[in-house]
Amino acid sequence: MSLLEVEALDQFYRDFQALFGVSLRVDEGEIVAIIGANGAGKSTFLKTVAGLLRSDADAVRFDGNSVGGRPAYRRVSMGIALVPEGRRVFPSLSVEENLRVGGFGKRPGWWNLRRVYESFPLLSKLSTRPAALLSGGEQQALAIGRALMTNPRMLLMDEISLGLAPIIVKQLYQAIPAIVAEGTTLVIVEQDITQALGIAHRAYCFLEGRVSLHGRPADLTRDQIRAAYFGWR
Amino acid sequence: MTWVNAMVQGVMLGGLYALFATGLSLIFGVMRVVNLAHGVLTILAAFIAFFIVDHTGLNPLVAMAIVVPVMFTIGYVLQRLLINFTLGSGVLPPLLVTFGLAVVIENILLKVFSADSRGLDAGRIENVSIRLTSRLAVGWLPLTIFLVAVVLLVAMQLFFDRTTFGRALRATSDDAEAAQLMAIDNRHVYAVAMGLALGIAGVAGVFVGVRTTFGPLEGPVLLIFAFEAVIIGGLGSLWGTLVGGVILGVAQTLGAQLAPGWFQLSGHLVFLAVLAVRPTGLFPRVGAV
Repeated sequence: MSLLEVEALDQFYRDFQALFGVSLRVDEGEIVAIIGANGAGKSTFLKTVAGLLRSDADAVRFDGNSVGGRPAYRRVSMGIALVPEGRRVFPSLSVEENLRVGGFGKRPGWWNLRRVYESFPLLSKLSTRPAALLSGGEQQALAIGRALMTNPRMLLMDEISLGLAPIIVKQLYQAIPAIVAEGTTLVIVEQDITQALGIAHRAYCFLEGRVSLHGRPADLTRDQIRAAYFGWR
Repeated sequence: MTWVNAMVQGVMLGGLYALFATGLSLIFGVMRVVNLAHGVLTILAAFIAFFIVDHTGLNPLVAMAIVVPVMFTIGYVLQRLLINFTLGSGVLPPLLVTFGLAVVIENILLKVFSADSRGLDAGRIENVSIRLTSRLAVGWLPLTIFLVAVVLLVAMQLFFDRTTFGRALRATSDDAEAAQLMAIDNRHVYAVAMGLALGIAGVAGVFVGVRTTFGPLEGPVLLIFAFEAVIIGGLGSLWGTLVGGVILGVAQTLGAQLAPGWFQLSGHLVFLAVLAVRPTGLFPRVGAV
């Protein structure tokens, strides 16, 4: 049994269908990358797994439980955390308050304020600053730290490199081994293929709401990826 | 000296307006909803106090200890069973529903208590005053109301800044969806916020009843005063609400000093002047919508 099992998932925004029968599984301790072009349905997929969008109960199973109908705040308590697209830190709260809100659910685990500060040293220097005044990279680090404070079993990260300088992206990715070392399962959505495939054990490519390719990064050729990414034949 | 006296009375009155306004401001701050039923809910609290006093003979200020938790419960249930369902599809549904709610409560009060004016008798505190100089005195009751307003605002500030739930409230106010990703049930948070708002309205309602007479149809006037205090002070700012209330109160008492009929008018004029010069109010919250 895999930690996350998604089976024939459809998702809609009113009349528009965003996902078509997506099936995907993630084993405990794995790093799985989801790549795909803009509008391929990657963010919709993560939002559905995190519970911000509902689905059929059985379409999303986590640790053997059907969770598709449960609200996001209850899935967090089960150990699903999402670093949302666009960071979404709480602008009027200070850095430390943002992190403490992450600990609201009191889910036991390895992560706490001190350990997040150790993994992201730049945050500890900014602890009293309102999140609204942070740079993009600092906000992204805060968004990841805040998600870690929920002590997730599975962490979903949506485009953490979006709009950031390469050197900042590199720093953020350097924190990932520490996250994985604690046994946290990771699902990473990226448009930046190289970055994502570099650390993933397995990868899925989405195209227009469907899974167009999946496999281990080492087994995938550039031509296969290109075809699955852009839909070229 | 009559002018100084009018001013002091205005400041005290501002405390009462701050109590009206705090609940309104809290609800707007947390869920961006303008609760048009806030005035009549304050009147409802006064009638609940009246009912308790009528049946038990308690002093209304003691009855407040029952009124406030009752109002909190009403707020929590109202939010969970009604107002939560109006959220998420624009500003209009909550406006219409709270407007309708105001009409319904008003008519229930009319049916149960008739249109007669009522009052709450708090005993000696209504008549004793502190003499500041030979010609200037402050009544114990207005002073008590003012101090209670200040203490409540301090308590709210501490609650928002220092407690886990206060942080969750602010986080939900910033971004309700992101708050859900932090294990926060935003619908519960909204309901607690409404409970707090109506709990404060409960305090305000009892004070209104002790200070003056009240009837089922006086909700809209209280709502207007609350609005004006909130707008003058700046949306979403707790202390701005107190300043707004004081400015409104002073404008009214000074206006009444010029001519007795100018009590409300001068308050409205100051409100309009602030709206024209500083539409965001005197102390707008940073990043407020």
